[in-house]
Amino acid sequence: MLRILHQIFRTGVVTEPLPVEVEAEVVEIGAQLEDAIRRKFHRSLTIREVDAGSCNGCELEIHAMNNAVYNCERFGINFTASPRFADMLLVTGPVSVNMEIALKRTYMATPSPKIVVAVGDCACDGGIFGESYASLGKISNVIPVDAHIPGCPPTPADLLLGILKVIGD
Amino acid sequence: MSTLREKMTAQFGTAAGPVEGLFPADVPLFHVPRVQFSEAAWVMKEAGARLVAEWASDETLLGRGFGIYACYNRETEFLMVKSDTPADDPVFPTIKRKFVAAFRFERQMRSLMGVIPAGHPDPRPWIKHEDWPEDAWPLRKTFDPATRMPRVKGSYKWIRAEGEGVYEIPVGPVHAGIIEPGHFRFQAVGEEVLNLEARLGYVHKGIEKRFESLSWEDGARLAGRVSGDTTVAHAIGYCRAVEALSGSSPPARGLWLRAIMLERERIANHLGDIAAICNDVAFAFLFFQFNILKEHLVRTNHRLFRHRFMMDRVVPGGMAVDLDPAGVQEMHRELDRFAKEFERLVRIYDDNPSLEDRVRETGILSAEQARDLGMVGIVARASGQPLDCRIQAPFPPYDRFPPRMVVLNSCDVHARAWLRIEEIRDSIRLLLEMLGSLPQGEVRVPFIPPQPERCGISMVEGWRGEIVYWVQSGAAGEINRCMVRDPSSLNWLGLEQAIHGNIVPDFPVCNKSFNQSYSGHDL
Repeated sequence: MLRILHQIFRTGVVTEPLPVEVEAEVVEIGAQLEDAIRRKFHRSLTIREVDAGSCNGCELEIHAMNNAVYNCERFGINFTASPRFADMLLVTGPVSVNMEIALKRTYMATPSPKIVVAVGDCACDGGIFGESYASLGKISNVIPVDAHIPGCPPTPADLLLGILKVIGD
Repeated sequence: MSTLREKMTAQFGTAAGPVEGLFPADVPLFHVPRVQFSEAAWVMKEAGARLVAEWASDETLLGRGFGIYACYNRETEFLMVKSDTPADDPVFPTIKRKFVAAFRFERQMRSLMGVIPAGHPDPRPWIKHEDWPEDAWPLRKTFDPATRMPRVKGSYKWIRAEGEGVYEIPVGPVHAGIIEPGHFRFQAVGEEVLNLEARLGYVHKGIEKRFESLSWEDGARLAGRVSGDTTVAHAIGYCRAVEALSGSSPPARGLWLRAIMLERERIANHLGDIAAICNDVAFAFLFFQFNILKEHLVRTNHRLFRHRFMMDRVVPGGMAVDLDPAGVQEMHRELDRFAKEFERLVRIYDDNPSLEDRVRETGILSAEQARDLGMVGIVARASGQPLDCRIQAPFPPYDRFPPRMVVLNSCDVHARAWLRIEEIRDSIRLLLEMLGSLPQGEVRVPFIPPQPERCGISMVEGWRGEIVYWVQSGAAGEINRCMVRDPSSLNWLGLEQAIHGNIVPDFPVCNKSFNQSYSGHDL
């Protein structure tokens, strides 16, 4: 137990400001954002992540958003297990034929108003997998999409900024 | 003891092989009539070999029918067996009775290539779902990859359990956490799991078919996206197979840098897994701590290799980036800091009785089961199987820096977690040794396009385990077939067995201790 406490004090707070190159943008929309989350989401934006066929690269970065360094909860962002509680769907991958029905059902199960964000190059334009017998390509081929965060995969900073921009609008 | 090659020759005569045109030459190919395909499997089984992979290739454009391939391994020896089937009668004898692992390989071959394993007990589709037309065989050359797949009515027959108090829990494909999609069905009585059946294929994106429309160079980008968390190992696997068949040999510095990235990928993923195992038994402290270490590691990747997961850095012929002397210095400093912090956390892991209570004797996959199912990688080594193809089929620089074979025998979640800890320690040692002797010079040679009608195979130990690539060039020197075998293709079978007799709430931690790739399996 003492070791745990010692490690906690040694570590301190590692959460950090966003990287310098994106910091200015965040500051710019930060005020609107805080206002937007308070007005639209009662201080809490709840996200359901859906892997519709990704290679799992985007999932690694969505996980990283939740680590102690990025700590997305400080912005009021949290992830939920059920689409029924979600304000936003973060959808990754080209939509595989075998995930089409599950993705549509998840979309239907999410209460309106809802925001759908396509995450990663594959979700935005089909990526290297494109459209084929097994892949339906970009997410907007299957469900309506409100915003795109490109990247292969987008970094946690890209993700945070992308989400902040969508809800700041 | 005679070698596998000698056993094959004794059984089938010298006419059977080894056949020319396969690279590298130390993986011989034996050609047997298709009625003897299962006899060859029996010879291999008797010799104590394991089935590495089984697959089919459409060779109609090469003037033949379908090629049925199997690859076997015993200790440091790898060997392939091939049989031909005519295009109008694509039937071959199943080897499922000799090797459990063939169970899913053959279902997959039937579903995607339309070759029939005669005597296979399970005709249900695998990867292809039941709402696909039965006669849609995407891997055949006559199948247009742009075909829009119509949905047909179909049903999937699940294994059922009946009796008083037996109930069923369906889970997925959209799971509770931020993970990939798959479907699991549990039959349980009270808290105890009677049976688990997995149904995968949800993230099938047609990767193997996609390779056939790409150039050899672009293939490396696709290989790097077979399973995003294993991007370096898959890219190395693909490039090594392609380099073997084209006769390219990357410069030493390129090979060293590949191995350095491979070990960094191993450390980062092992850290994430140990963290997730702790999280699944509600020890959030270590979850956050190990993930901080992982984040620092991937940030260094970004600074030194300009990508957090080092995607697209491995290319046919070598490496797309170099490491400058300052980068070598930085990695030295980083590893020094990292090792100290890591050991502090390991002591906390090791000191915690409530953690121990959850991970010990949970999710046991016995050594016998692991061997019979043909497990590879961390799952095999945590169940007493000494398998690591950095040691069994070493490629430079691993021939100069042999990894330590870590094998544990408690076969439980703890063994799979502790194995990762030991492997991180060994990877740090390997990294320091490789950095200390990094050769000078170029990192890349121009890639030589392959000759027509050649085959190349490679085995690379990614962080999950052995990855196998088999590539075949067509009549014009294009990609005729690229077979990908992620360790997940084998190891998912192990999870189904390890969960027997455990309680339902322990499934997440058992699953995390395996942490197999859905995308790497579904392709």
